Amino acid sequence: MAANRKNSREIVEAGLARRRRKEKAFRAAGMLATAVGVIFLGVFFATLIFQGSSAFVQTFITLDVELSEDVLAPGGELDLAYADFDGLVRSALRQEFPDVSGRSERRELYRLVSIGASYQLRDIVAADPSLVGSTITVEVPASSNVDMLVKGNIDPTIDESLRPISDAQVRWVESLQKADRLHTRFNKALFTNGDSRDPELAGIKGALMGSFYMLVVTVALAFPIGVAAAIYLEEFAPKSRWSDLIEVNINNLAAVPSIVFGLLGLAVFINWMALPRSAPLVGGLVLSLLTLPVIIIASRAAIQSVPPSIREAALGLGASRMQVVFHHVLPLALPGMLTGTIIGMSRALGESAPLLMIGMVAFIVDVPGGFTDPATALPVQVYLWADSPERAFAERTSAAIIVLLGFLLIMNLAAVIIRKRMERKW
Amino acid sequence: MQNMTLILLLAGMAAASFYMGRRRSLAVVGGPAHGSQLHSLPGYYGYFTLISCLLPALGVFLAWVLLEPKIIVALVVDNLPEAQRSLSTGELNLLVNNIQNLAAGDVTSGDIDAVMRAAAERYNDYIAASRKLLTVLTLGTAGMGGAIALRRIRPGFRARNRVEQTILYLLIAASSIAILTTIGIVLSVLFEAIRFFREVPLTEFLFGLNWSPQMAIRADQVGSSGSFGAVPLFAGTLLITAIAMFVAVPIGLMTAIYLAEYSSSRVRSTAKPLLEILAGIPTVVYGFFAALTVAPWVRSAGESIGLEVASESALAAGLVMGIMIIPLVSSLSDDAIHAVPTAMRDGALGLGSTRSETMIRVILPAALPGIVGGILLAVSRAIGETMIVVMAAGLAANLTANPFEAVTTVTVQIVTLLVGDQEFDSAKTLAAFALGLVLFVVTLCLNIIGLTFVRKYREQYE
Repeated sequence: MAANRKNSREIVEAGLARRRRKEKAFRAAGMLATAVGVIFLGVFFATLIFQGSSAFVQTFITLDVELSEDVLAPGGELDLAYADFDGLVRSALRQEFPDVSGRSERRELYRLVSIGASYQLRDIVAADPSLVGSTITVEVPASSNVDMLVKGNIDPTIDESLRPISDAQVRWVESLQKADRLHTRFNKALFTNGDSRDPELAGIKGALMGSFYMLVVTVALAFPIGVAAAIYLEEFAPKSRWSDLIEVNINNLAAVPSIVFGLLGLAVFINWMALPRSAPLVGGLVLSLLTLPVIIIASRAAIQSVPPSIREAALGLGASRMQVVFHHVLPLALPGMLTGTIIGMSRALGESAPLLMIGMVAFIVDVPGGFTDPATALPVQVYLWADSPERAFAERTSAAIIVLLGFLLIMNLAAVIIRKRMERKW
Repeated sequence: MQNMTLILLLAGMAAASFYMGRRRSLAVVGGPAHGSQLHSLPGYYGYFTLISCLLPALGVFLAWVLLEPKIIVALVVDNLPEAQRSLSTGELNLLVNNIQNLAAGDVTSGDIDAVMRAAAERYNDYIAASRKLLTVLTLGTAGMGGAIALRRIRPGFRARNRVEQTILYLLIAASSIAILTTIGIVLSVLFEAIRFFREVPLTEFLFGLNWSPQMAIRADQVGSSGSFGAVPLFAGTLLITAIAMFVAVPIGLMTAIYLAEYSSSRVRSTAKPLLEILAGIPTVVYGFFAALTVAPWVRSAGESIGLEVASESALAAGLVMGIMIIPLVSSLSDDAIHAVPTAMRDGALGLGSTRSETMIRVILPAALPGIVGGILLAVSRAIGETMIVVMAAGLAANLTANPFEAVTTVTVQIVTLLVGDQEFDSAKTLAAFALGLVLFVVTLCLNIIGLTFVRKYREQYE
């Protein structure tokens, strides 16, 4: 008996070291797995901020532009539509570098500034026509290549044929820097312009407005419908096949790939109902169908968390079932419903695949002014810019992503705050 | 904008009808002092009038706005001379489009002749008439409804029951939208897919090995025969999904185990929200990251050990997709692990097994159905994921199992087939709907099986 006991103890002890090693290895594997996700997140944000932060500033060149009467108002009358503002910018550049001669050299020189410079001059003259004839000092946006050079994204030491900016241009930029005529300032255009083929003029305002209109439609449809559906399913639906079917349906819809909703939108809203393509209205309709399951599931959970004693008390005092729901249950469940809605909206804001299906992926310069104007959305703008080969667009893509993530962060924080502030523990 | 004014007018009428209904109910019993003679609270009479005023009018308005364009176009086409009416559908559509542009004062394609000018004028006339009629009809219905409701108000009239019944119907309608959405998805995808299968046999689509959806526009065009064998797409989707699962399942599961069993509560309370951030990042952002950061990195890493790696390799897209799915796997596994009764865990620990032994031999087998259900949901998510593969995977349909080559997926092809200018009834665009049907059916099956697993398992221990 004693020998036997000793024996099993020996067996256990002999295996202990191996088992402890295994235990340690398992634990380390778990730690590593957790670290992978967190490290990816860190690398991801670091890359994004590293790439994108420089897009929030833009290089400007200070020019002395002579608003000569001969060019702007040749017949004595100022005609903004035909006035040669481009020529003014060019002559200002020639004055800055008087020793540049020859057609091709000059053309290279002109490419230092963005074509936005002439629009800027036109706006200045349009605002104050009395300036014609005087010389003004303005800061005009530099072209995207100059911008990249100044930000250090183009290496001037590599061979000239390998970079989009010539040796002469690099020299001019250096001399401008020495003359203190080159500054980097906050890139206002990023937030005030629509899309553009020129990176230095491209902005996200159009996409932001498109997303805004879409979310307005989405919240206006999905919130009331989702809450109503949740109320019916939780408070009124009899336990029947029909309500089971609805229940299964909602759970499945929450997991249907978003692109399938896009196919639905294309076939039903655009081909069948003949609603306009690329319109925030259609995008909002598709996104509300997409977020409806999220809102319904969250609203049901919120209703479930209201204790039955409240319903019973109200019923006992003579309230009808409808009065119980609308006077007592709904106000108490509202914070949870709002939280669910905000989370649904943040999902809608980041969604892009269904929008590609309904034509919200076009190149649209104008900022949309209504629900039926052609528009694009912020995540789709990211997709469009990510396709552009220019280095300056890669930078702006990261900036647009930072803005998008900023909005998502704000929405999620709002959801957390609402939950913390207003939710009651029973 | 005219619709806007109409809706505002309607809202004004609704508000007025509420007020009038309420006042009338008090008037029929002779003032607020006798309110108790009414069957319902005065407000309910107001709501009753409001509903009678608003609902029918809104119905008329919506039906009109939806049908108006089609009817007007049909009327204009009917009035066109015989020569234009006998045009083919495509040409007729173009003509109608031009007439509409002309009517709106926009740029038209092609020459404008007298027939078109007349048609455009007629178009504008119809629109103006329709607007007038719509305003009269909507406001008339609203007024009539409100008036009828007002006349029905008596002290014994059960306004509350009426109002509550209407609200209940509205609630039912709202909850049916979920079903309507599913029906809409099935019908819209199915109809177009059936049209596609009329042109391309089902067997060729499901078993064909060659995918090149370029259709010939002219009869004599070279190299654009259009072949729709979807096997390369299915293989590509499976390859990328498999890579994603190789990343997501072990990492997600181990994360869940570590956070549930080993980590201190401080680590847990920071790591969990961080992983939730991972789940909240839009997929387009993952796509950007996969295409511009991970893909070049995979390529250079592969080349440094002497491997030929395509710049749009399946590996890069799969890796990033796997990272995206980690939170899904870990949170579903976490639920499953936590649902295992503590008694089983304590029993195993009490018998002297280490924590890892408890986990591997006791808890995981018990939690397996829940974990498998979660993995199925994750697979469905990976198959349906669009933006990452659109941005980081290729377009060429290669039939290969080599993760370093570029493959294409079902979702990528749906996007490329439907983005851009294509006439809607060509086999090329219809193919997108056939692919959509496959995608919907496969993900639906995975979701149903996964959800049943998860639910059954939860019930087992509750």
